[in-house]
Amino acid sequence: MAARDQHGVDAPWDQGFRVVGKENRKVDGLAKATGEAIYTDDIQLPGMLHAKMLRSPHAHARVLSVNTSKAEALSGVMAILVGAELPIRYGVIPWTPDEHALAVDKVRFIGDEVAAVAAVDEDTALEALNLIEVEYEVLPAILEPEQALTTPEPAIHEDRKRQDNISKHVELAFGDVDQQAQDADIVVEEDYCFHSTTHTAIEPHCAVAQANSDGRLTLWSSTQITHYVHRALARVLELDPARIRVIQPCLGGGFGGKSDPFSLEFVVAKLALKTGRPVKMLWTREEVFYAHRGRHAMQMHYRTSAKKDGTITGVDAKILIDGGSYSSFGLVTTYYSGQLLTGPYTFPSYRFDSTRVFTNKPPCGPKRGHGSVQPRFAFEVQLDEIAHRLRIDPIEIRRKNFVGEHTHTVNGQRITSNGFLQCLDAVEEATDWKNCYGKMPFGQGLGVAGSMYISGTNYPVYPNKMPQAGVQLKLDRSGLVTVFTGGNDIGQGSNSMVAYLVAEELGLLPQHIRVVAADTDLCPVDLGAYSSRVTFMVGNAAIDGARKLRKQLVSAVAEHWQVDAKDVRFIEGTVVDLSDASRSMSHVEAFHLAEEMFDTLGSTGAYNTPTLGGDYRGGTIGASPAYSFTAHAAEVEVHTETGRIEVKKIWVAHDCGRALNPIIVRGQMEGSTYMGAAEVVLENHFLNRFGLHAGPSLLDYRIPTSMDVPEIEAHIVESIDPEGPFGAKEAGEGPLHSAIPAIANAVFDAVGIRLRHLPFSPAKVLAALHAQKELV
Amino acid sequence: MLRLPKFSVLHPSSVAEAMQQMEDSQGQGRFLAGGTDLHPNMKHRLLEPKQLIALAGIEELHGISFADDGSCRIGAMTSLHEVATHPRLQSSYPALCQAAGLVSGPQLRHMGTLGGNVMLDTRCQWYNQSYFWRQALGFCMKKDGSKCHVVEGGSKCVAAASNDTAPALMTLQAELEWAQANGQSRMPIANLWQADGIWNKKVAPKELLVAIHLPAPSAHHFGAYGKLRDRGSIDFPLFGLAVTLDCNTDKTILSAGLCAVALQARPWPLKKAEALLVGTRLGDESFLAAVEQVAALASKQCRPMPNIPGDHEYRQAMVPVYTRHTLFAAAENRGPVHLL
Repeated sequence: MAARDQHGVDAPWDQGFRVVGKENRKVDGLAKATGEAIYTDDIQLPGMLHAKMLRSPHAHARVLSVNTSKAEALSGVMAILVGAELPIRYGVIPWTPDEHALAVDKVRFIGDEVAAVAAVDEDTALEALNLIEVEYEVLPAILEPEQALTTPEPAIHEDRKRQDNISKHVELAFGDVDQQAQDADIVVEEDYCFHSTTHTAIEPHCAVAQANSDGRLTLWSSTQITHYVHRALARVLELDPARIRVIQPCLGGGFGGKSDPFSLEFVVAKLALKTGRPVKMLWTREEVFYAHRGRHAMQMHYRTSAKKDGTITGVDAKILIDGGSYSSFGLVTTYYSGQLLTGPYTFPSYRFDSTRVFTNKPPCGPKRGHGSVQPRFAFEVQLDEIAHRLRIDPIEIRRKNFVGEHTHTVNGQRITSNGFLQCLDAVEEATDWKNCYGKMPFGQGLGVAGSMYISGTNYPVYPNKMPQAGVQLKLDRSGLVTVFTGGNDIGQGSNSMVAYLVAEELGLLPQHIRVVAADTDLCPVDLGAYSSRVTFMVGNAAIDGARKLRKQLVSAVAEHWQVDAKDVRFIEGTVVDLSDASRSMSHVEAFHLAEEMFDTLGSTGAYNTPTLGGDYRGGTIGASPAYSFTAHAAEVEVHTETGRIEVKKIWVAHDCGRALNPIIVRGQMEGSTYMGAAEVVLENHFLNRFGLHAGPSLLDYRIPTSMDVPEIEAHIVESIDPEGPFGAKEAGEGPLHSAIPAIANAVFDAVGIRLRHLPFSPAKVLAALHAQKELV
Repeated sequence: MLRLPKFSVLHPSSVAEAMQQMEDSQGQGRFLAGGTDLHPNMKHRLLEPKQLIALAGIEELHGISFADDGSCRIGAMTSLHEVATHPRLQSSYPALCQAAGLVSGPQLRHMGTLGGNVMLDTRCQWYNQSYFWRQALGFCMKKDGSKCHVVEGGSKCVAAASNDTAPALMTLQAELEWAQANGQSRMPIANLWQADGIWNKKVAPKELLVAIHLPAPSAHHFGAYGKLRDRGSIDFPLFGLAVTLDCNTDKTILSAGLCAVALQARPWPLKKAEALLVGTRLGDESFLAAVEQVAALASKQCRPMPNIPGDHEYRQAMVPVYTRHTLFAAAENRGPVHLL
């Protein structure tokens, strides 16, 4: 099957890459820089209404009644929607549909959606919200995960098979971890905490819906997964999916926060159907904080066993995951919390016992490095503790336990290319590690950590055997190549990536390619921008489709010139005859020749993963066709008088297989690293004792300003993956992970305190410094 | 995005016209200076004036001028950026320029004004929130309710003065010039404040601050501002301290000014601490000893409350640290002190 074809890693024309590997401009760079780019909120349609959401002021309550009569009577109000009108549940994971677009029976966190109003303008809609009367029966709220674990009642979700507040429990064991602990020379066992953080994409969620008189519904939405929104809309609205068109306009950042179907998408669609007029809803920043789906807070207990020489013999983890009020991707999160730790190091025994619980807080979900950033922090700090106790250099202990390339992990994941050792080498050299680590003055320190991440997984969210990614190509007589892809460009540059690969394959330039993306009427299905899958999967599909056309183009020109196909070469839009240097034509002429020979020119391309994963329940979750690898080194200064950790510089080396565009890869590495560093010292998605987000604004939720970010030095490592598009792997999420433990480990090198509970607030640092003094 | 409530805007071109418009607004008016605090507060429905009277077009409210005796008049509508970067102000009143330069970020310092910063509303983590948020919590006494979430059972609002320039102006013994129906009046800034977080000024919002007057600096004047905040920009103070030192030629301190902010409703002058510094000589043992005493005293006199965001116990621990560093910065002509 074409979707499983391997396309090789070499340049398609034998003189090396002409587009790939070059610092090409992003295809939408100018439009974004000049403000031409159309984001969802830029869409204005004739007669468009504006909708607003009524939200629960209670963390946990039964909705007894919703009276909308006064609001309906308000002039300018065109429609009001309550939960009973959208009774069908949904959820991004088909096995756990536990969300309603609007509360049907219960509200489960402060900010949960209860009713919506469409009116002639936003102010009228807001005024109407104040006129809706909701009668609640307030229930006790569960705010702490330990409480959720021990308190089955009140169940936050009452109509599940399980009558408790456990969202998902996974326990998997490989090898005999207890025996290994008994036999080990050293066992380190500690508790670690990771707090919740959120994505803070600059564009808030927005959706616009239009219902046409011919029975078609169009939804424009700031989503990173058009396909799942399409499916969920059809399900909840009980409409034929062929009548629904979902379009993702330009997107102002996702980071995982726009991966779920969100209530506003169903609500504007239903309101458009009810009123016959287009309806827009734009969430406020505060509403985005309530929508959340951010990093799960995790309480982690790790026990690692090792031999005297630093060889790890066993890792044993018990993890309590605070899921917030809904399942979201929680099933996957729970697996990822264990499944993704088994590289870049090898160990013969591994066990994890992860439990995700429901609490009455905004739902958690996937944030950059979904489910694996938290365990990575804990384990990499623990590894540093072992190295310190065994007096082994932290980089050496990581080299020593290297899992290798073209191998399998203890939990059955297939590893292909692996440039982790080169990543370690790069940060070791760049930091002058041997002369600096452990040798800096008190207060200053260096730390290192490593990690790995998936380039998509072979788990397609809903079971099906169709390709994970598809593209269509159309060649125009003008010389333009249009590529239609369901892939979602969320700022990471996936449309650019498609243009580069198709240009490379066809011997053209990126400006000869137009990419039409994320429109379900026009584009073949792609499963969307999550799990760092787009470059790998859409990239392979693009090469697959373009290669078919290349054969046609070359054979048409060869026929015309009466030469061997191998003598026809497309170079940046010009076709030359290698056997006769005086002969050439433009690619436009070549398109015409090919169309004469083959009729209208077009092709499809597809990608699907090989069969992967361990042969056990959950063995395919986290099984990726290729893994990226990262090493971070951080230099910190700990200000002992104030407890402030100043992250001075971070070196990040990342194995992305092949850098299809090094400037975009470096951008992803830098962005990931900044995001990770901010989670250590600034960001905190904190819910106060009332279950209210303590500061749902960009003033009070402290993301770093340009004054607060460290210098970053990015080193690209290219391991050239045999199955990646021209050898490429992911670069968007992996380079976040080890930034966090690298900082923690640098703090230890600087001042000798071992911080295991994020975030590292100055107060926490001061307390640890004081405790250290008392010990001495 | 959050919506502003409905209001209309007037654009007077003179102080007299502005005062008349305020009178005509029958209690529904509010002066609009830079708007960097007023607009977010309106979006949060903390203030809902029906009539904004925009001061930007009144020429006499703008500008920095010096009299022959060296005293200075700063028009209330002078931007914080102008104050922070004015060369003569920087040499004459370093504490003020440093404080103005640490207000929020560059864009907001261009919009925000010195007068607006003096008149800034007090802040509280339970108050500076949207209407929905405050409704979910239960409204507090500062707006729409009667409870206090900072001090359970508290009867007085303890929202914190959060204006960086206020303590600097206090230590500089600034005088505030107000427009009145029948002319103008001046008052020392120290007389402006009252211990009520709901409205921490003795002058009503309908009065118009016209200018800030600063006495001529002494021949050997030193000053600095220290600000505790989480980030290197944007944030309101978690603790702020202004220091001024007036010395004789051999750097013996003749008088000192210390004033803190971001504690309770009022800026908080540290009078006893000031007295400890007088008579010591900059750089001498006597000064070093006094600094330690002042730091210890400051931590007794400054008691951060859980009113503004952040760990108030940590803010407490930082009082002596920032006091010490700000005093040294003033003595050594350095500053501002932040991100220690």
